[in-house]
Amino acid sequence: MIEVLQTGPLNTVQDLGRFGYRNIGVTSSGAMDRLALTVGNLLLGNEEGAAALEIQTFPFRLRFEKDTVVAVTGADCDARLDGRPLPPWWAMPVSAGQVLELSTPLQSARAYLCLVGGLDVEPVMGSRSTSLRGGFGGLEGRFLAANDRLSIAEMQISAVPDGGFGAMPPEAALAAHFPAPEDGVLLVRAIPAGEYALFGDEAERFWTQTWKISSQSDRTGYRLSGAPIMLASPMEMRSHGVVPGVVQMPPAGEPIIQMSDANTAGGYPKIAGVAEVDLWRLGQARIGSCIRFIRSDVAEARAAEQAVKSYLDDIRRTVPMLAQALGAMSRR
Amino acid sequence: MTDMQATALSTPGLISPALADAPKISVIGTSAYLVEAPGDFDLPTQRRIWALAKAVETWSEVREIVPGVTNLLVILKQTPEEPDEVEARLRREWDRAHGIDLAGKTIEIPVTYGGEHATDLAAVCDFSGLNDREVVRLHSEGNYTVFALGSAPGFGYLHGLDPRIYMPRKTVPSLRMLKGTVTIGGMQTGVSVLTGPNGWNSIGFAELSVFDPARTPPALLAPGDKVRFLPERIEL
Repeated sequence: MIEVLQTGPLNTVQDLGRFGYRNIGVTSSGAMDRLALTVGNLLLGNEEGAAALEIQTFPFRLRFEKDTVVAVTGADCDARLDGRPLPPWWAMPVSAGQVLELSTPLQSARAYLCLVGGLDVEPVMGSRSTSLRGGFGGLEGRFLAANDRLSIAEMQISAVPDGGFGAMPPEAALAAHFPAPEDGVLLVRAIPAGEYALFGDEAERFWTQTWKISSQSDRTGYRLSGAPIMLASPMEMRSHGVVPGVVQMPPAGEPIIQMSDANTAGGYPKIAGVAEVDLWRLGQARIGSCIRFIRSDVAEARAAEQAVKSYLDDIRRTVPMLAQALGAMSRR
Repeated sequence: MTDMQATALSTPGLISPALADAPKISVIGTSAYLVEAPGDFDLPTQRRIWALAKAVETWSEVREIVPGVTNLLVILKQTPEEPDEVEARLRREWDRAHGIDLAGKTIEIPVTYGGEHATDLAAVCDFSGLNDREVVRLHSEGNYTVFALGSAPGFGYLHGLDPRIYMPRKTVPSLRMLKGTVTIGGMQTGVSVLTGPNGWNSIGFAELSVFDPARTPPALLAPGDKVRFLPERIEL
């Protein structure tokens, strides 16, 4: 078990998401930074979709009630184990009684605490992700509160040396495949969507201006503020399915990007869709920070997807070898 | 160059515009394709969407399909190498798709029309020029078909509204509409399933549990089902 000692609102249990139910109105949910969750799990030898804690309000503190191995990935949240630094993107053995504390990140937004075996909450409709809107999944469909206790699935703990081992963070390992921020502005690749043409000359400003992520942003969607982009004449569309990453344009002309808890259906005109491979970076973008959209295409997105896949394959291949080698050394 | 071609060329997101009997196909991101049927918001169009859905859901590369209101969202497992080929296949399936009827059940929903939750009934009367009894009569006499589910768990988009009580969605949504509110949104009607912001117009209230994650299937309604509203009480 683990026991939550201190938490803010909106910290939840998440996995890679709940798929196959969008047709009955059930949002996929799942980690906002799926890459960080996946890497954390691979470092521990877990299934890549094992359930973990998504921490987005800090400080967060918990106590381990049994020996296990953990990895904190995603946000730069200065993780400390009994006051001693726990390196980011690092698998590390912890002992019963130890306290882990995560502080407010400086750059990014969401940290993932993965544990060997994953969190053992009951799957609902094929996933352990919390659906806050639906009130199910995760821990009773709600966010964590102090004194909550969560169990960890039983799994053989592989030989992880005391000092642990880590992965190169994706920002560094994949730098060549994701555009670097310019003056602190995150660059996000997107592809024009169905109603793009209806914005006429206004559409050009979608790409050229810098948008600010407003305080009315959450796991459901990011509302952006900037000079509005207006349709020549208002329109009402028939309700249609949407996916995370869709950039909708409500009548006021400021875009909304649907995120992990995206509605399953929408009726607003769609100006663009964020390339799925860039969604994890948006998941780490903070309220108040700025983004700019880069017009992209399928070929470019596929190249980045291939790079992400090789990065993950590399970790998947290396972890067992590393654990074995380091384990053997530490036993000597 | 025709206007149509000009639009297509300047809009990479729009793979092909809707022509006489051809759907509009567009993308959201790199692996979701939206097929919008040409023509009216009517049952024959929706029956063809259901046929398309049935054909496409067997494709090995498809992760999920989401039937909408005269449209279908097709979500692939991964970004395709040849987007043009996906579009061509969707178009061929559409050409082959003959409307199908889904064997639906009939669901009767007792409604309290008017009352404290029907905050938009007066506006519907103003817009239609009908009095409240007429609005209630026309709404409760309708035979509705569930076209699609979405927007919230188990919410059904119902087709079959009498055009005389058409009411556009609100530009400023109600901030906290109660779960169970009976609403009109454009030419559609429905029963809200979550308490929260809602842009449709409330005319009544129904006690109804349309979704339970522990039930199989979790959603009470399914596309093709028929819905009748029974005027249990009228508080005008």
